[in-house]
Amino acid sequence: MSKRKLGLALSLVLAAGTILGACGADKGKEKGTPSTSGKDKAAFSVAMVTDIGGVDDKSFNQSAWAGVEKYGKKNNLEKADGGYDYLESVGEADYNPNLNKLVRRDFDLVFGIGHMMESSVKEVAEQKPDTKFAIVDAVVESPNVASIMFKEQEGSFLAGVAAARMTKSNKIGFVGGMTLPVIERFEAGFIAGVAAVNPDIKVDIQYTEAFNKAELGKAAANRMYSSGVDIIFHAAGGTGNGVFSEAKERKKADPNAYVWVIGVDSDQYAEGKIDNNNITMTSMLKRVDIAVENVSDLANDDKFPGGKTTTYGIAEDGIALADSHGVIPDDILAEIDDYSKKIAAGEIVVPEFPAKKK
Amino acid sequence: MSNRVINLLVPIISIILGLLVGAVVMLFSGYNPINGYIALWNGVFEDSYAIGETIRQISPYILAGLAVAFAFRTGLFNIGVEGQLIVGWFAAAYVGVTFELPAIIHIPFALLAAAAAGALWGLVPGLLKAKFGVHEVIVTIMMNYIALHSVNALIKTVSGGNYKTDPIKETASLRSEFLANLTDFSTLHYGILVALAMVVVMWFILEKTKTGFELKSVGFNDHASQYAGMNVNKNIVLSMVISGAFAGLGGAMEALGTFGYMATLAGFTGIGFDGIAVALLGANTPLGVIFGASLFGSLKYGAGNMPNAAGIPIEIVSIVIALIIFFVASGYIIRVGLQRMNKKKGAK
Repeated sequence: MSKRKLGLALSLVLAAGTILGACGADKGKEKGTPSTSGKDKAAFSVAMVTDIGGVDDKSFNQSAWAGVEKYGKKNNLEKADGGYDYLESVGEADYNPNLNKLVRRDFDLVFGIGHMMESSVKEVAEQKPDTKFAIVDAVVESPNVASIMFKEQEGSFLAGVAAARMTKSNKIGFVGGMTLPVIERFEAGFIAGVAAVNPDIKVDIQYTEAFNKAELGKAAANRMYSSGVDIIFHAAGGTGNGVFSEAKERKKADPNAYVWVIGVDSDQYAEGKIDNNNITMTSMLKRVDIAVENVSDLANDDKFPGGKTTTYGIAEDGIALADSHGVIPDDILAEIDDYSKKIAAGEIVVPEFPAKKK
Repeated sequence: MSNRVINLLVPIISIILGLLVGAVVMLFSGYNPINGYIALWNGVFEDSYAIGETIRQISPYILAGLAVAFAFRTGLFNIGVEGQLIVGWFAAAYVGVTFELPAIIHIPFALLAAAAAGALWGLVPGLLKAKFGVHEVIVTIMMNYIALHSVNALIKTVSGGNYKTDPIKETASLRSEFLANLTDFSTLHYGILVALAMVVVMWFILEKTKTGFELKSVGFNDHASQYAGMNVNKNIVLSMVISGAFAGLGGAMEALGTFGYMATLAGFTGIGFDGIAVALLGANTPLGVIFGASLFGSLKYGAGNMPNAAGIPIEIVSIVIALIIFFVASGYIIRVGLQRMNKKKGAK
């Protein structure tokens, strides 16, 4: 798409000024468009702060980093100052200092990854109005912050359809991380998807209240599989790795065991590999990478959506189901595809909140 | 070598040894130790922002260290500083969110609430130890878990299902515009003054009051103290209560300063456990705790700059920092070594 742009930092500052002046007007969406402006300028340098999951969480943060890397390589940037980079947070107290460190290193655009960083991004963005920020999974209303949200419920709906068609025991499990609005969207969509196929299927729901505790995920999965659940959808980041290890242990003990995991955020096929089998049925892709790359591109093209919330769903290619590597038969895939088209077209509106609450 | 020279050499050699072994670890993992240490140094001292954040990090460490040290002087292992800190954090946040008061009342009120909550959490193991001889280590460890999960549940209740409390009212905040401007928007807050005041309080109680004398006496030998007519059980309970209050104030630092709210914790903060090391590094004296906390806080915050400026992964950094602290703490070995060398020379 866009080529490397060289040139004056001055025009960049000017451009930033115009954008800051213009934002906060409407809540519309902008899609990524290749650069058409003829202005010569250096490509935007981009950096991100992970939440406590770390950059190699095989899920959310990793996906965001993939987006940053892709943007960087596309624009011939290097992983260094003035290019692209990341910082990992060990605890919540690291969010503010990490954001500040990246601002100090003069990155043009700093991403805060995850709902937990909402207040930190808000605070630092107010203190450093000259830097652009973006936050994933939360809305921060500041003129220099772009908020990125996802319609997790849409992809979870598809995962629910797949699970409901594939289950043999008519018992399906859902393991959530913390009880946050974002994870509740997964839950709501998943339940709606299951119910769309067969309202009689029982969905066992458990929240572990942590994103970085694999042992809790393993315990939850153990309980579910033992009670007859055969498919578990996890939306729990690093905690979900425990769900995988439990399923793999069961598959290793008995290669004929009918246990499956539906992965989340990235394609978790590699996580499910055990000997010659694989227990990953499919994964609900939350393309944080696409969103991150997209917002970086927009910023690079002087179209930074500051003060706006951009929502990515199936229609925007931000949400999808991963390749099932032959696990799900073609007729079910066709049905999923059908639902997917209906959701994209707006014929089906997937609920955002679980039915029981609120 | 005279004793004086040895006293001076021991900390210097132990820090150099720690840095050297840390450097070896970095070298073997393929990173440049010189860049690493420059990043560490800059992480602590580079600019006013870094210094501000470092001091912010030191404040709760001082209080956690005081809490452990105080109980230790009475011969008690308070492993429950972590839990006392968590309940203190919540109490301060709750008072900060709920009440509408002028700052001059609001801040002391929130601090008192935190101290009281921590004290209450210390009272339980103190009572159990005094009345039934239940070992305080077991009780305090278990109280940590009770604190963690009860507070998580309480946060949900008071915030109406959210994962964190509302932000505290401006009037309860220890942060100030002045400090923020001085340190380029770091999260430095006036909590450091509270922590230093508590250092004086601990020194005063231990060294200048009859109660302090009794507490120390029980620590040295509880049987002798009893024989001398002191109420050992009362002193045990009192010691745990005061210790818990220090820890609770440590939690208030997080509630009223660093964060301004409390979010549900997935696990322990680690500050309370690090407090044990801080206290032991400082030989359980009030002044020593300041040094221990400064070392811990600086290394902990400065370490965050090593991935940032030198590209060293956070895991390697943790190992290096742990090695430095390890060598500083094992100064005794170096002292013995130096004395041996001295003797050999003398024999020749």
